[in-house]
Amino acid sequence: MEHVIEMLNITKEFPGVKANDNVTLQIKRGEIHALLGENGAGKSTLMSILFGLYQPDNGIIKVNGETVKISNPNDANDLGIGMVHQHFKLVHNFTVAENIVLGQEETKKGLLHLDEAIEKILYLSNRYKLKVNPNSYIQDISVGMQQRVEILKMLYRDAEILIFDEPTAVLTPQEIEELMKIMKEFAAEGKSIILITHKLNEIKNVADRCTVLRKGRGIGTVNVDDVSLETMAEMMVGRKVTFKVNKKAPRMGDEVFRVENLYLQSANSERMQLNNINFNVRRGEIVCIAGIEGNGQTELIKTITGLTPHKKGKLFLEGKEITHYSIRKKTMAGIGHIPEDRHKHGLVLDYNLAENLILQTYFEPQFQKFGFLKFSSIYTNARALIEEYDIRCGKGPYSIVRSMSGGNQQKAIIAREMDREPDLLIAVQPTRGLDVGAIEYIHKQLLSHRDNGKAVLLVSLELDEVMNVSDRILVMYEGELVANVLPEETNENELGLYMAGSKRGEVHVS
Amino acid sequence: MLAKFIHFITRTENRISVSSSVLAIISGLLFGLIIMIITNPLESIPAFFTIIFSGFTDIGRVLEIATPIILTGLSVGFAFKTGLFNIGAAGQLMVGAIAAIYVGVEWTFLPSSIHWLIALLAAGVAGAFWGAIPGFLKAYRNVHEVVATIMMNYIGLYFVSYMVEYRLYDLENARSLTVKESAIIPYYGLDKLFGRGDVNFGFIISLISVLIIFIILSKTTFGYQLKAVGYNKDASKYAGINEKNGIVLAMVISGLLAGLAGATIFLTGVSGRHLETTEVLVSEGFDGIPVALIGLSHPFGILFSALFIGLLEQGGFYMQGFNFAPEIIDIITSSIIYFSALVILFKGFIVKLYKKNNMKDVKG
Repeated sequence: MEHVIEMLNITKEFPGVKANDNVTLQIKRGEIHALLGENGAGKSTLMSILFGLYQPDNGIIKVNGETVKISNPNDANDLGIGMVHQHFKLVHNFTVAENIVLGQEETKKGLLHLDEAIEKILYLSNRYKLKVNPNSYIQDISVGMQQRVEILKMLYRDAEILIFDEPTAVLTPQEIEELMKIMKEFAAEGKSIILITHKLNEIKNVADRCTVLRKGRGIGTVNVDDVSLETMAEMMVGRKVTFKVNKKAPRMGDEVFRVENLYLQSANSERMQLNNINFNVRRGEIVCIAGIEGNGQTELIKTITGLTPHKKGKLFLEGKEITHYSIRKKTMAGIGHIPEDRHKHGLVLDYNLAENLILQTYFEPQFQKFGFLKFSSIYTNARALIEEYDIRCGKGPYSIVRSMSGGNQQKAIIAREMDREPDLLIAVQPTRGLDVGAIEYIHKQLLSHRDNGKAVLLVSLELDEVMNVSDRILVMYEGELVANVLPEETNENELGLYMAGSKRGEVHVS
Repeated sequence: MLAKFIHFITRTENRISVSSSVLAIISGLLFGLIIMIITNPLESIPAFFTIIFSGFTDIGRVLEIATPIILTGLSVGFAFKTGLFNIGAAGQLMVGAIAAIYVGVEWTFLPSSIHWLIALLAAGVAGAFWGAIPGFLKAYRNVHEVVATIMMNYIGLYFVSYMVEYRLYDLENARSLTVKESAIIPYYGLDKLFGRGDVNFGFIISLISVLIIFIILSKTTFGYQLKAVGYNKDASKYAGINEKNGIVLAMVISGLLAGLAGATIFLTGVSGRHLETTEVLVSEGFDGIPVALIGLSHPFGILFSALFIGLLEQGGFYMQGFNFAPEIIDIITSSIIYFSALVILFKGFIVKLYKKNNMKDVKG
């Protein structure tokens, strides 16, 4: 009995799309098995079938050598299959323990009895060094901690096969490292792990074997140690991928944007969220703000764009003070903004693509006359942008944005923001949660914007991205800028020290 | 026109909407039938057909009933589109009604040809004002509009009672004074066209309103902004749309429509309807909620669902020919209406069914 899980020749067809086409996946006991593929390759469908959310049209599933039928997630649980979803399924105003027992509550005389559960949670938490306090409320703990609660949920139900769906998308580098350690420990104990991801470095770091999917088909299963990153990337996207960003030397010009003595006080405490921020961005330059999540990057961008009002400090665009401009006036003055949360801020998901592409400009004469929308030019505009930025969507400009893939949603935002040719383009984690192909594309776009003599302000948590794309790096720590360095004069190690607050550099407006 | 309608029906999302509304109405009717069978099994079947079909012999009455609830349905539906739940249509309607009656009674200096029009506009303005208050509270003080509009309903109701008792009191009949004849909404021959019932120009006004709201929502930058705010407030703010203004304006328009409904109720008939000192919030105000729900907030959907409810209420009137207690008839008609309002439930169900059979966008 070599394999704990075998999914043999699985086919799942939705009208018009073969989500899985004769895919085979075999998991050995005690291995970490990566499932690699671009967005839309069929990874989630395959895992949904294993977890009982979909029924396959063809093919069989074997658990421990026996053919089984998994018709719902409860069946999967009974077979010892657990899953950590990409978007956590936790009740925010419940405690950790309450979330973990949810659905399996022990009662005594009709009252909830948590003592034994808490004991078991503490035991599991200590054993795997998860450092979870069962009595904390979910709303009070960090995203990384919430993920561990999800992991505990699986362990509490004695899962032997653990599925992780894009587990690192929301984590900081340190949290990622810890998660990897935890996964290895599970594997050493004989648990089997399926890691769904499109990040090759992670696979290289933890996985034993890797099955690659492309457009619904299984491309092959490889031993991770035997193949290079490049080979895996090629298997995934079906062509050669360059990891090094092809970057020309910057041709820097005059200052485009300047922040002077910016402060922001947190709404409900004395703490300063932004503390005396000073920096500038020049034409033809990509300035990157690096830092661990939650050190004020979000607040800084929201303050600059006007989403959060502030009292102290000044902003200049092209030498003109724009501190107290409205959001629309700032946009029109020449600021483009690719927001951090594309679903919350960047898009109206229930509008179609064409309507989303005019979100900031619908009132311009190009798109309206006497208050009536000019639909023909709105759709012409959309078609042109779809063509130019290679946005892929089922119904063209009429596609409802909610139904588009994450990568194409992001492309839509980029198309909209770059098409206005803003003097300053602010991009906040523009590649978060995207696959290699999309990341490559977005980096190219940022560079071409800079090469056109515009300024780019990039906020990123990924050190690779920071080092590869930027012309100058600012590091943020606890609401302050603690370093202003050039990528060729630093390394990831030094940046890590700045980001952790254990080193400070000289910061002055250059 | 027909081709356009067919195109409309064949678009997936519209097909889902229309079929879920129809399914909801059918289940509402079946539910009504069950109550009839329980309360009067022998006559239930003929009574059932009476309640559905007898309205067709009396189109005039049906249109008269439908006129105000088209407007209140639009009022609720328009606010829905902007993400607001206006439960205050009843109060806005009452305030509109008292404004209309006040102008109808007091402003006799107006030329008689436009007296009714001014009274109607006054109702709209008063309703708009009554809607603006919860709009402001929501936009600038983050007071939930459901709470604010419920409060405004009662404030409006007692304000109306006060006005009737101290300003417009008809001592002999213990009710509001009768409006001048020139303030009654004219018929322009519509009463003759549709037979029995008081179909007057108010019905045309409600049709025009349907058209205007449809145009605002689907053709204008203003509607684009309002819907964007309704779908995603944060993204609207990001895009530089003044979402606070949008909320206030949406409530103003919502209130205006409800106010007009008040005028169409009270400025209709030979001498108009009168407000009692013991007046309660008129049911047409609340009927706007199920009308908007059944019509899925689409102006044309609202028009059809208001006509459906008109048909039902007139059918209920004829059901009195059978041996049903009048209260039971009320229970049956309102059960059908509210059951039909569960359309959202059916929409979810149909979307699920549709997705199962026809999955378009598969995430990998």
